[in-house]
Amino acid sequence: MSDTQDEGRGIPKVKRFMLVNRKAPYGTIYALEALEVVLIAAAFDQDVSLVFVDDGVYQIRKGQQTKDIGQKNFSPTYRALGDYDIEKLYVERESLEARGLAADDLLVPVQVLGAVELGALMDEQDVVFSF
Amino acid sequence: MKFGILVNEGPYQHQASDSAYQFAVAALAKGHEIYRVFFYNDGVNNANKLTEPPQDDRNVTRQWSTLAAQHDIDLVVCVAASLRRGIKAEILAPGFHISGLGQLIEAGIEADRVLVFGD
Repeated sequence: MSDTQDEGRGIPKVKRFMLVNRKAPYGTIYALEALEVVLIAAAFDQDVSLVFVDDGVYQIRKGQQTKDIGQKNFSPTYRALGDYDIEKLYVERESLEARGLAADDLLVPVQVLGAVELGALMDEQDVVFSF
Repeated sequence: MKFGILVNEGPYQHQASDSAYQFAVAALAKGHEIYRVFFYNDGVNNANKLTEPPQDDRNVTRQWSTLAAQHDIDLVVCVAASLRRGIKAEILAPGFHISGLGQLIEAGIEADRVLVFGD
């Protein structure tokens, strides 16, 4: 847990927030609404990172076309995350490989980590929100 | 310990809200504090006072309302998620109120632990 000694001294508390994205971008609303949480966490000047695992890796797949399913393609928002100082994006290697994908297939620069490394990183967080 | 709780699924369709409720009851019984319960995704449907389950079933919404009244718990429903799903102030059950996602982030900052109950 992060140090909370700042309490009462007027110094804003910064915690490590990790958003874990596990679901495909369409089909359910989890990816879209998780992105809203990411943006608000950044607006609160928190230390925000994103993880993409399981079908969640499809959220940042290049070349999404949603016209035929009548839904908005919100994938450009991931490219704008840098404007919110969100630069820690992690993708689980096993999830990519299981789907025949590589980092080149993704629309944002990411760090590809194995499940064990990712687990260690999760352990360092103060708050983990999974969607 | 001060707990924050995030509920991401609606009542009955999914057990997430039941599990969150049972966790809250157990934590309070052990002397812990529930800093806030935040309802997001379809979880906002837990706040709908119009829900009317069969008489021999638990009433998930009423359980939350009762717990909130007994222990002065902050039940917050996300405004954007609510608008999408037709959850408005006039159909909120007692104890629930609508606010922004900032309340979830604040719970993350202020609570010792935040637990996510979802799919």
